[in-house]
Amino acid sequence: MGVPATTPSQTVGPFYALPDGILWDDGPELVPADRDGAFVLHGVLRDGNGDPVPDGVIEIWQADEQGRFDHPDDPRPDSSGWQGFGRCPTDTEGRFWFRTVKPGALPTPGGETEAPHIDVTVLARGMLNRVVTRVYFPGEAANDADPVLAAVPAERRDTLLGVTDEQGLRFDVRLQGDGETVFFAV
Amino acid sequence: MTVHETRSDSGLILPEYLPDEGSHPPLDSPGYRSSALRHPKQPLQYLPQNLTEVTGPLLGQDRCGEQDHDLTAQHDGEPLGERIIVSGKVLDSAGKPIPNTLVEIWQANSSGRYLHQGDRHPAPLDPNFSGTGRCMTDAEGNYRFITIKPGAYPWRNHDNAWRPAHIHFSLFGQAFTQRLITQMYFPGDPLFYQDPIFNSVRDEKARERMISRFDLDSTVPEWALSFKWDIVLRGPQATVFEDEEEEDDD
Ligand SMILES: [Fe+3]
Repeated sequence: MGVPATTPSQTVGPFYALPDGILWDDGPELVPADRDGAFVLHGVLRDGNGDPVPDGVIEIWQADEQGRFDHPDDPRPDSSGWQGFGRCPTDTEGRFWFRTVKPGALPTPGGETEAPHIDVTVLARGMLNRVVTRVYFPGEAANDADPVLAAVPAERRDTLLGVTDEQGLRFDVRLQGDGETVFFAV
Repeated sequence: MTVHETRSDSGLILPEYLPDEGSHPPLDSPGYRSSALRHPKQPLQYLPQNLTEVTGPLLGQDRCGEQDHDLTAQHDGEPLGERIIVSGKVLDSAGKPIPNTLVEIWQANSSGRYLHQGDRHPAPLDPNFSGTGRCMTDAEGNYRFITIKPGAYPWRNHDNAWRPAHIHFSLFGQAFTQRLITQMYFPGDPLFYQDPIFNSVRDEKARERMISRFDLDSTVPEWALSFKWDIVLRGPQATVFEDEEEEDDD
């Protein structure tokens, strides 16, 4: 039996931000401000010249504080009602933000432990497919044993680490050039 | 099979989504000028499909209003243009329909103009058309929108550049690995040959998978033409466990 081949990706283009379209009002807010441990994850999306990308969309996907997902393919007891998804357009200065909590560490099928991390999708005009990266937390002891970080060349690992600042956690994304963010093939 | 047996030693067994790089356009596509400074130059790093990657947002019905699938019914009057029905199935590359998954669309109006402050095309806006829609697939993976055929529009990529008529689609599937943003085109569009976005997909067969099919059977006589378009997301590799499940279902 023949199996269908997948549909190709195309750019999100410049006009995704139509009223009542894919950008919801609560898009960047995974948790209310008064949730224990709530913090702001924020950053700037930049292109190969280091210029801000004003027409990008950032999406994040992550576990809850206990490292759980509300999803049938997570075979562990679920975390009902945890949405774990956020979406934020970049503004005229390339900035994006989310309000979230730090996810728990995760077991892997191979018996290892992944340090707390947030999966990130970057979309923009000029990008024919999404790119994917991860945010890790600075100073986290579990980072040393994380199998994904370990596979990244040491000199580029910093691009995956958030930086604590007065607003919360800063995570800048550089699509190309000096300090290019590490992107993953999913 | 060996892989999955090894995996079960840790007590955690996850689906594994098949790669599909061959379908997608390269991020570096010189014909599409804006891609020049927006594609990574370093090689992509390996990311195993662990819990974060095989799960994904299951955005539900609460994201869809009752009229969200009907872009011709969102205002007091009817939009101008050719009324069309766009429908099809969302399935995975194993051929399995994806039920209850959110499908989002956005598009230009019939004159090729978006309701977006950045759109400078001197074509009229339509007070009765916003150009956004969403719906959930049903239990068999079917989605259905009622809209108007979008117009072609000019852009500044190259001299006298025009985008073929298209509808933007956003799909989530059931896993982070399945996320897809794409565009649906219309059959026989004379603008295909000069469009670097459509042609960024190198494989001709893959390009054809972005083109909807006119379907007379599902037109509504004296009301709307109909275009069919199935969307295929990455599917999980078949495993022993899934085969057993299928037998249980029978
Ligand atoms: Fe468009």
